[in-house]
Amino acid sequence: MEAGAQREDHQAVHEPKIVAFCCNWCSYAGADLAGTTRLQYPPNVRIIRVMCSGRVDPAFVLKAYALGADGVIVAGCHPADCHYINGNEKTSMRGDFLENFLDEAGIEPQRFKVEWIAGSEGRKFAETVKKMVVELEKLGPISKEAVQDE
Amino acid sequence: MTAPAPQEKNIETSDPTKGAGDIAGSKIGVFICHCGSNIAGVVDCGKVREASEKLPGVVVVKENKYTCSDLGQAEIIKAIKENGVQRVVVASCSPRLHEPTFRKCVQQAGLNPYLLQMVNIREQCSWVHSHEKEKATEKAANLVQMGVSKAGKLKPLEAREVPVEPTSLVIGGGVAGIQAALDLANMGFKIYLVETQPSIGGKMAQLDKTFPTGDCAICILAPKMVELSRHPNITLLSYSDVEEVKGYVGSFEVKVRRKARFVHEDKCVGCGSCAEVCPVKVDNEFDLGFGQRKAVYVPFPQAVPLKYTIDKVNCLHFKSGKCLLCVKKCSNQAIDHEMEDEILTLKVGTIVVATGFDTYVPKRKGVYKYWEYENVITGLELERMLNASGPTGGHLIRPSDGNPPKRVAFIQCVGSRNKKIGNNYCSRVCCMYAIKNAQIVMEHEPETEIAVYYNDIRAFGKGFEELYHRVREDYAVEFIRGRPAKLTLDPKTKSIKIRAEETLLNKITEREFDLVVLSTGLIPSEGSKRIGKILSLTQSPDGFFMEAHPKLRPVDTAMDGIYLAGCAQSPKDIPDSVAQAKAAASSAAAPMFARKVRIEPLTAIVNDDLCQGCGLCVDLCPYSAPELVPGDKGGMRAHVIEALCHGCGTCAASCPQKAISPMQFTDDQIYSEIQAALTETTRRHSPKKKAEAEVSP
Repeated sequence: MEAGAQREDHQAVHEPKIVAFCCNWCSYAGADLAGTTRLQYPPNVRIIRVMCSGRVDPAFVLKAYALGADGVIVAGCHPADCHYINGNEKTSMRGDFLENFLDEAGIEPQRFKVEWIAGSEGRKFAETVKKMVVELEKLGPISKEAVQDE
Repeated sequence: MTAPAPQEKNIETSDPTKGAGDIAGSKIGVFICHCGSNIAGVVDCGKVREASEKLPGVVVVKENKYTCSDLGQAEIIKAIKENGVQRVVVASCSPRLHEPTFRKCVQQAGLNPYLLQMVNIREQCSWVHSHEKEKATEKAANLVQMGVSKAGKLKPLEAREVPVEPTSLVIGGGVAGIQAALDLANMGFKIYLVETQPSIGGKMAQLDKTFPTGDCAICILAPKMVELSRHPNITLLSYSDVEEVKGYVGSFEVKVRRKARFVHEDKCVGCGSCAEVCPVKVDNEFDLGFGQRKAVYVPFPQAVPLKYTIDKVNCLHFKSGKCLLCVKKCSNQAIDHEMEDEILTLKVGTIVVATGFDTYVPKRKGVYKYWEYENVITGLELERMLNASGPTGGHLIRPSDGNPPKRVAFIQCVGSRNKKIGNNYCSRVCCMYAIKNAQIVMEHEPETEIAVYYNDIRAFGKGFEELYHRVREDYAVEFIRGRPAKLTLDPKTKSIKIRAEETLLNKITEREFDLVVLSTGLIPSEGSKRIGKILSLTQSPDGFFMEAHPKLRPVDTAMDGIYLAGCAQSPKDIPDSVAQAKAAASSAAAPMFARKVRIEPLTAIVNDDLCQGCGLCVDLCPYSAPELVPGDKGGMRAHVIEALCHGCGTCAASCPQKAISPMQFTDDQIYSEIQAALTETTRRHSPKKKAEAEVSP
């Protein structure tokens, strides 16, 4: 809980907000497992459940930044483990597209992550959130110009 | 940056029940569960309630100690019936646990069951932020806000009812698969049992006696194997592999490869004259290398089906094109070297997965020198040796010289309870099989000196503790608490010196033994990994298949219509495997008796007004669910074949017109969640401020 402790000490530290899109079968189950095994991670994340990571429209990610998210995670099943045959391949392609797009828009690459988290990987889910919170705290708030809607 | 504009107006997809949900005027009820202290011990539910009361549309907010209890559910029903609540938000555990419970409850009150939104404030809040109570409370309030926001966008949906084929596929022919198949067949269902080996029987067929009663394993298993092979409702597909499974509960389409055994099953009578003349001798896998078999073989005398199989790798005819002695000898012309694999397509309503386990194989360079010292063997190898029909005719010998060992050591927890190798779990059977085998060795050779090196003795089952005491007291088997640190070989005698810390005596000892038996643990079977991928089954961190709920749904999987039996789910002994098989059979029977099953309305639907017939969804869909059809106003438009759609929503993520959408995860629902997640109305609110919303009594 270093990230949390740090925030207690310095009230002024920016408190990042993360939106995580998790597929129902692997990553959402992984996040649930983090809970059942009581793995602690910072409370900065809001999980939005979708059936497949392939459901995540890049527009959802951009909208999240526009509305004030400091970071976005799109989490799905490991390659070749997709519950819907190959939804995660599409996630991967859209992730590449988003990375380029965000780069051009001047949004730091640490603010976006596509991660494969299996239903058994509660620890990986917790670590992914922890790591992103630490990175986002370092980065500070997102540039207002970069995320202006429209 | 130009974020593609989310549709400001709600996209009204062409819902089958269009118009039934009046979004703007929805009255929303929020039910916050304490889950005893699981949630309330961290999250200040009172504050979450106060924050929820201020949310637009919310007319009722209730806290419950257990919302899933009768009392909790009664409050939901009351709110719907008496307060006119039209959308229900339950903030409690994961929807993966209790969504079906609350859907039923909402339906019971006369509301469409899909007007329910679950908010996960336990697994994804209180349990993971237990040291940050204030922030966990803020997060929980925000999560409820997200749920309320999505709830406002929910539409009534109808579950689809599909017919269920009254046929079941059982994968794996060990004791669990056999039992599940027999039970289902006895209920009148047609069963296909697919087993990858030439014979059914699984690991149990390899064992000598069973603990704690000392029944001969094959003597109690063989009658079941025979019963199965003769059952009119069961088609046994041995020496076959499941290659592909499509479809869903009620109508799975299964492709099975029948591997060519080069012996026609309908002609072979199992007389064995082919094996008599076969000149090739190789190690028999069934005896773990201790015994031999021919290139045309049955793995063991009681094999079912009692049909011979030619091992292509070792058969002389396949190697050199010569021999054919077996062909000449077989009076039934059963042998056919030209035989080819055959693919069968089966239609089944349910699937029972009983893919079993493998035993842990000690590391090549490990401490216990399994690969280096001949006289270090595994528990299963000992079973084969002790077995009267095994390679040594039931005589215990030292592999190095064939002499009976006078001093035998058992080493427990090999490959189990070991963080270093990543197998943290207890395999549950090793303590008892070692104790049982110690007893059998003493019965064979009462003068043998036996020591069991253990960490903890886990004798938890019926009659287990009694056996443990009997072996310790009546047979004077010595139990030494401590994990051996080093094994060294006497090069002359091939005896092995064990150096261990005896933790109860607090001293380090060195003792010599003639034979060392490693009590190796259970790991998921090699085949089960392949089956898991084919069926999209989730695995627990230990690699065994994950059940739908560890306590309440121990034989179900997250996939409707697919059930688990035996060691595929976790290590267990024979009675537990049989019990779980019977449970799986009963679970699989339920939809087959009903002949129909309800399927979640998750499929995608197309808004005809928006679709321009570009066909991107047709290209993207992994199931070919959308097709292009002529539209009413000319041109083409997409149409989703409901039976093919699995509801993943990848079409919706790419549709340039936002014309296609899965029913429960529409764009406007997801946007409403994003928006609520990033709106801070619930953060750091003053607890003194009085609730503005009207709260029902």
